[in-house]
Parts: sequence; C-alpha cells; structure tokens
Amino acid sequence: MKRIVKSTFQTAINLVFFALIGTAILAATFALTQDKIKESEEAAKLKLIAQIMPSNLFDNNIIQDTLKIPADELLGTEEVGTAYRARLKEKPSAVILEAIAPDGYNGKISLILAVRENGDLAGVRVVANQETPGLGDYIELTKSPWIKGFDGKSLKMFKDVDWQVKKDGGKFDYMAGATISPRAVIKAVHKALQYFAANRDKLFAANVRPTPDKMKSAALKEKQP
Amino acid sequence: MSFQEYKDIFYNGVWKQNTGVVQLLGLCPILAVSGSVVNGVSLGLATTLVMILSSATIAPIRSFVPNEIRIPVFVLIIAVLVTVVQYLMNAYMYGLYVVLGIFIPLIVTNCIVLARIEAFASKNPLKASAMDGLAMGLGLTAVLAILGAMREIIGHGTLFAGFDLALGEMAKNWVIHVIPNYKGFLLAILPPGAFIGLGLLIAGKNWLNLRQEQKLKGSKARITPIEGGCSPASH
Repeated sequence: MKRIVKSTFQTAINLVFFALIGTAILAATFALTQDKIKESEEAAKLKLIAQIMPSNLFDNNIIQDTLKIPADELLGTEEVGTAYRARLKEKPSAVILEAIAPDGYNGKISLILAVRENGDLAGVRVVANQETPGLGDYIELTKSPWIKGFDGKSLKMFKDVDWQVKKDGGKFDYMAGATISPRAVIKAVHKALQYFAANRDKLFAANVRPTPDKMKSAALKEKQP
Repeated sequence: MSFQEYKDIFYNGVWKQNTGVVQLLGLCPILAVSGSVVNGVSLGLATTLVMILSSATIAPIRSFVPNEIRIPVFVLIIAVLVTVVQYLMNAYMYGLYVVLGIFIPLIVTNCIVLARIEAFASKNPLKASAMDGLAMGLGLTAVLAILGAMREIIGHGTLFAGFDLALGEMAKNWVIHVIPNYKGFLLAILPPGAFIGLGLLIAGKNWLNLRQEQKLKGSKARITPIEGGCSPASH
C-alpha cells in the first residue's frame, strides 16, 4: 500500500514538474511577444481603416483622434473599445467603430465600421473571424466582395426588417450553404448603426481624451530631461 | 548515425510512411486547410516546425518521463510548443496567422505529432528524432500542397493565390489564373472535395507502389528462369 502511494506521489510530482516548466516557457514567450502582437494587430487595423475610410473624408490624424467607448450591448463589445474620429476642416465627417458579432458559426466575428456623420456606412470590414474556411469566410474581402454590399447603406435607407439576408426576407445577399456568418454580420452592423444613431453627438465630442498609453509616454517624457 | 540511416528515415517519412496518404493520420487539418496552396503549405510548415521541436524536446528527456504518464507529458509538451509557435506567428507573421486562424492551435490535436513521438522520438536519440519529425512534416506538407493545388485549380481556377498574406506584398502577383473567367466549382472547395481529392491521391500513391512492385516482380521473373536454367546446366 505504502509503495503505491509513494509511486503515485512521485508520478504526480513528475507531472507537476513538467507542467511548471511548460507554464514558465509559455509565460516567457507571451511576455516577449505580446507587445509585438499588439503592434501587428494595430498595424493591420490601421490598414483596414485606410480601406474603409475614403481619403477625401478627412484631413485630421485619425489615429490620434480617438475616443474610449465603454462596452456596449449594441456594439457587442465586452471591453472598452476605441472609436477613431475623422474630421474635415475641424468638422466631424465620419467615425470608425469596432463591433463584434457574437453569433458567428465558429464564435465571434470582429468588425470595423466607418460611419459618415449623416449615418451612411462608408464601409465595413471583418477584422478577425473563425468562420469555416471556404464556406462562411466570404465575409472577408480577400475571399469575396460581399462585405462591400454595406457601402452607402443606412438606417434611413433600410427598415429594420430589411437588415437580414434575402432568404429571411431582408435586402442582403448571401451565398447558398452559408447563411449563419452573413446573418451574424448583418445583425451586428445593424446594431452598430443604432448605436451610432443613439450616441452620435457623444462620439464626435471635440475634446480628445488621451488614452492611457499616451499618458504613460507623456509621463515618461516629463521624467526624461 | 550514418548518412544511410538518415536517408532511410527521410524516405520513410516523406514517401513510404507518408502521414497524409499512407498513415492517414491528422486527416482533420488535411481536409480542412487544403482549400488552397498557400493554406496547405503554411499549415504544413507550421506542423513540421512543431514536429521537429517536439521530437527534439522529447528525445533527450525520454528517460526521465515515467512510462505511466508519458502520454500526458507528451501532450503537455506539444501543447506548449504549439502555443509558442502560435504566439510567434501572431507576432511576426500576422497575415499568415490570420489566414490559418483556428488551425494553428489545432495542431495540438493532430494525432500525427503524438503518434511520431510515441512511435519514434520516445525510443530514439535526438538527431534521429528531429530528422523523423522533419521528414514526416515535409511528407504532410507535400500532400497538403498537392491537394491544395488540386482544389484551388478546380475550385477557383487559380494557383498560388493569397501568398501575399503569408509572404507580404512581394508575392501579390504570384497568382496564376489557370482557367481564366472561371466561375468556380463549390464542390472542390467544400469538405467533400477534400475527401475526393485525398482519395484520388491515395489511389495515385497505391498505383505507383503497385507499378513499382510489378516492375520488380517482372524483372525478377525474367531473371529467375535464367538462374534456374543455368544452375542445372552448370552441374
């Protein structure tokens, strides 16, 4: 009996030892790569912004003109997000919003939307998704121009019931065999437009609140001399 | 280890015991990711990297792992290495990371990795194990590339599309429109296309094997009578 307990104990210790080493390696890799990962994601996001925001719509530095927006049910966000504001001659012209469609076929679909100040969509893109490759992934622009179908659409133009795929009686195209992904995207875009309508003035409020990152770098600069 | 032994391991991994068309292990990623050449090759190479690393990690510590818990320990090590590769890809090859998405973490569940460790790396020294991981991975990559090419040509009418996502802007004009103005053939892109394509590949491999066997038999058949005929005469 004693021997069994001893060998069980030893085996357990052995497993714990390997688990600890594994955890340490993972933690180290995460610490080493997380800044770079953030940077890559940011760079990819900025590339997307350039795609959906016509360059004649703004003359300000969109990346600097941000607003932290709290998690909102209409945007599908669960954390504080960032809105990027586009301005033309100091006047607000459009805003970039991040939205999440929670009900994709394989989990969440992250979206980015450019909404003109009059409520028209300038463009929508999928930032991240795990839809079935070759099936539901036509929501990405690299796979299909489907997502461009949102360009120029607005709440004024379409009634609530129109914000569905044609199969469900709406006004949006879909591809046979994969309706779950477009349904999720359309629903999320529709809700994001409602968010914009409800928060329009707040989104364009002139004061630029510095983000925590900027405060940090500002604090560093002060320390440096 | 002699050169010949390395050659044998390599031949074994890439051709004789090919994971994709002979062992038929790790079918899930093979079927799911082989929709285009870029996806197939990228995941194949990522899997190869994981296989080399895990084989090379486990071979030197194989004597410290108690036999009863070797499977959990192996899985743990594979999971750690896959996650490390995933972080690195996320950081330094973001385009590719986005393309492969869920299939990178799923390398953990690819039974070919665990199978090679259990069958080879847990019984052999470091260098041979790493070589085995490399050869098996390359064999898998080759199958993924061929299947990806087949499905991409039949499904989309293109070849090498999307390589810019993996390698950056310079690969943007690599895409070849094999069939111009092609409307696409959904079956080839959907999972059934993968099954049919893989079936054809397996059939092709078996046909080659059979032909080789028959050739050997044929040459033997020609030789034997002469030998048989000669020996009594010489007596």
